[in-house]
Amino acid sequence: MNWKITTFLGEAPWGLWWIQGRRLTLIELRRNILSWRASWIYFLAFAPTFIIFLHLLIGEHSPSSMAEDTDILAGIVQFYYVRLGIFFGCLGIFSRLIRGEMVERSLHFYLLSPVRREILLLSKFAAGGISALSLFVTAIVADSALMYAGYGSAGRDYFLNGPGIGQLGAYALITVLGCLGYGAVFLLLSMVFRNPAPAAMLFLGWEAINPVLPSLLQKLSVASYLRHLMPISVPGEGIFALLTIETEPVPGWAASIGLTLLIALVLSYACYRIRRLEIRYTTD
Amino acid sequence: MSDRIIFDNVSKFYGEILGVNRISLNIPPGITTLVGPNGSGKTTLMNLMTGLVQPSSGSITVLGISPGNATEFFRNVGYCTQFDSFPRGLLGWQFVLDSLLLHGMPKSEAYKLTMEALERAQLGDAAGRKIAGYSKGMRQKIRLAQAIAHHPKVLVLDEPLNGLDPVARAESLALFQELGRQGMHVIISSHILDEVDRISDRVVLITGGYLIAEGNIHEVRQEVRDKPMQVLIRCDRPEVLASKMFAVNHCVEARLHEDGKGVFLRTGDIDQFYFMLNGIAAEGLVKIDAVTPADDDANAIYQYLIGTDGGAS
Repeated sequence: MNWKITTFLGEAPWGLWWIQGRRLTLIELRRNILSWRASWIYFLAFAPTFIIFLHLLIGEHSPSSMAEDTDILAGIVQFYYVRLGIFFGCLGIFSRLIRGEMVERSLHFYLLSPVRREILLLSKFAAGGISALSLFVTAIVADSALMYAGYGSAGRDYFLNGPGIGQLGAYALITVLGCLGYGAVFLLLSMVFRNPAPAAMLFLGWEAINPVLPSLLQKLSVASYLRHLMPISVPGEGIFALLTIETEPVPGWAASIGLTLLIALVLSYACYRIRRLEIRYTTD
Repeated sequence: MSDRIIFDNVSKFYGEILGVNRISLNIPPGITTLVGPNGSGKTTLMNLMTGLVQPSSGSITVLGISPGNATEFFRNVGYCTQFDSFPRGLLGWQFVLDSLLLHGMPKSEAYKLTMEALERAQLGDAAGRKIAGYSKGMRQKIRLAQAIAHHPKVLVLDEPLNGLDPVARAESLALFQELGRQGMHVIISSHILDEVDRISDRVVLITGGYLIAEGNIHEVRQEVRDKPMQVLIRCDRPEVLASKMFAVNHCVEARLHEDGKGVFLRTGDIDQFYFMLNGIAAEGLVKIDAVTPADDDANAIYQYLIGTDGGAS
């Protein structure tokens, strides 16, 4: 078995796969990025940015309020982006990659090209990842910059020489892993279900009840891993308590590796599914 | 590498619904027509051949390659499906170019092949327009261009004449014929049997998911010996010929040609029929100009074996 895998890896046409993967990714990006159909996803990504921009224009920026704004930014990432913005944005982006092509009856063109189906799936995932990351990472960088811009030199100092840059790095990592984690799940759900939205709602519920589940099942949640990467933990109160996950503390590196493994596992199963995918548009 | 398309006892069930059942085929290069009524399993057979659906049992190889080996398989196979939809927002030439770029070839070569395919499919200036604005005939042509662009050895065409005007049909048929002459496999399903029949080397007749007959059209017709064959005889005195021939037992029907210069005769024993005809010609009673089988074609075989009009499939 090991010999077979080694032979396969050694003889595999990696160069061709790379070219095909790059071209498929570019085709997907050309078709779907900057599309008016995705405008609601831009709204999800940049709605907080707009609010923070209004706060910059009309809010007070005394040195004592910087700590409060830091908590607010952490809350936006923890409660809004991770649980809602990235979740639904990735639902919109990734569930279209395969299912959208089936709805439009154009998937067969890719399945009739000399490309391994796994390469097709991973290229589409890469394109979805690039779209999601370029939106949400840009939004979070803009949020951070706008949040501290009103504090002048104190804000610059906090951001560049203080903990600000580290916090931004953590938020960016959370965004990357969140987009890829939710993206992998929604890509798979879109291949399993004709309409992935109800399954996504169930997944949202799963994410919410996850903290009360046994620790093994907690490993099957994207948000529970992301929680451990938050540089500032904002306790949830009132309605936000529903969006808060309290789990045993886990080191950041372990959470990152855990979520990466979860993404790899989900994508592996998606590859298995696409190998067996049949084109029967009338019944799909 | 084998030069055959081989179906080895292939069955396909969609849940409890039969797609095709126990199909075994061994198709040599040339033009092969799949004939059968709607829902007979023609498209299922083509989708199985190209891996768009997978067999419930049995195995399929095309030139010795399994459809599961997409990289090698689709370098050799082009499939012009019946699905009349395209990726969004593309111009005609972009659609063909994108598919060629996925072969991993350099852009310059892909451009060259794109232009060549567009020219062969006679798409003209429409190649620079968005596919969304194409007529049905143009969409058919751009699909054909995409299927032939990479010079496949096997070309699978599901109803390729649908939506084409008579001139475009003739051009497409000429193209298929040329590809067949070049030694390619051209597998065609079509309900316009009269046209496809003229260029086919072989027919595969299926109905209800079952293979009814396959082979050279004339061989298949010969095998249907229990069905009377119809022959058109062009001559100067068709009435005399009809009365003479109708006197013998095996001649079961006679009908004058519309122009009055020929007669259609249906016989249950073609060998005896030709023997009698030679005798009449030798007597000099009738001057015979031409003798042609009138139903030695796919349409007639289709009617005999499947029991409906081939034009309705």
